[in-house]
Amino acid sequence: MSETKEHAHHIVSPKVYVVILLALLVGTAATVGASFIDLGIWNPVIALGIACSKATLVVLYFMHVKYGTKLTKLTVCAGIFTFLCLIGMTLSDYFSRAWGQW
Amino acid sequence: MSDSHAIAPPNTTDGNAHHEHPPYLRHHFESTEQQADAAGFAMWLFLLTEVMFFGGLFTAYLIYRNWYYPAFVAGSHQLNVVWGTLNTVVLIFSSFTMAMGVWCAETRRKKGLLLSLSLTVLLGLGFLGIKTIEYREKIEKHHVPGSSYSLQSFLNPETDPAASEAGDKPLQLDMAQHTEVYFSLYFVMTGMHAAHMIIGVGILIFMIVRASAGAYTNGHVTFVENFGLYWHFVDIIWIFLFALLYLISRHPA
Repeated sequence: MSETKEHAHHIVSPKVYVVILLALLVGTAATVGASFIDLGIWNPVIALGIACSKATLVVLYFMHVKYGTKLTKLTVCAGIFTFLCLIGMTLSDYFSRAWGQW
Repeated sequence: MSDSHAIAPPNTTDGNAHHEHPPYLRHHFESTEQQADAAGFAMWLFLLTEVMFFGGLFTAYLIYRNWYYPAFVAGSHQLNVVWGTLNTVVLIFSSFTMAMGVWCAETRRKKGLLLSLSLTVLLGLGFLGIKTIEYREKIEKHHVPGSSYSLQSFLNPETDPAASEAGDKPLQLDMAQHTEVYFSLYFVMTGMHAAHMIIGVGILIFMIVRASAGAYTNGHVTFVENFGLYWHFVDIIWIFLFALLYLISRHPA
């Protein structure tokens, strides 16, 4: 667990890739299946929730972030955080500007 | 590639004195690990600019969907879920073959690397082929925004198989016209995604040529690894496009 340990190049085994591939296929089947059931307001929530889970699996395992350096993890987290701030502020502005005027 | 040699001092009596490191290590890095970390960091910074680029498009989509909700539902019903699902599966498999390509490079398996990269190219072309079929359908139905855009499917949904199957009601004229906004966003977002795929396929072919000459399986895997990051990123964009464009409006609340 020393500092140099972090820099050792981690080779992710094909077994991990196969498991993630299967998880992504199951996720795809689940999201398509859920879209054919009428769940009202929950349809978009479930679709986006599954999409986010699939994206997380790709980032952590296919893109090796789980085994990456602290710098990589910080970069990814900072990017997602900045993106969520920007999209959150923009959407709250658009959705609230005419609040109470209809 | 050659600059690490260019800055080596020329006074070599012993030719090997300056080369007790792999030839691909540039002299401004202390170690190959540091060099690989720096390249990976740079790749992630590039991907963050891509996140912001596609993020702007996704934000535009969410705002217009909120404003013109009935138009976006009717527009979404024109997309074929079967083709969309098939393309998602194709792209997930191509991400898997790319990940296997990185593993083959890391474990110095030249044949495996060539096979993985070739399969990734084929799956990428398969995705683009299916996308072409979908675009063709849109062109034939005059759903491409512009002077020949047709409101037929939205004013008279009973004449359109996809719309009547989804049970669409006729839209008011002004709302029907807003379906053009949906298709504008559809073509810009899937088109930019397809452009990234085409660039990716080009780089994959470049890598196949280099790999068959022995590159990447000599311990220097940075290029394959960072291209893998790009390819997986393009996969993630599609995961969200599929959910937002094809799936979430199947059942209008």
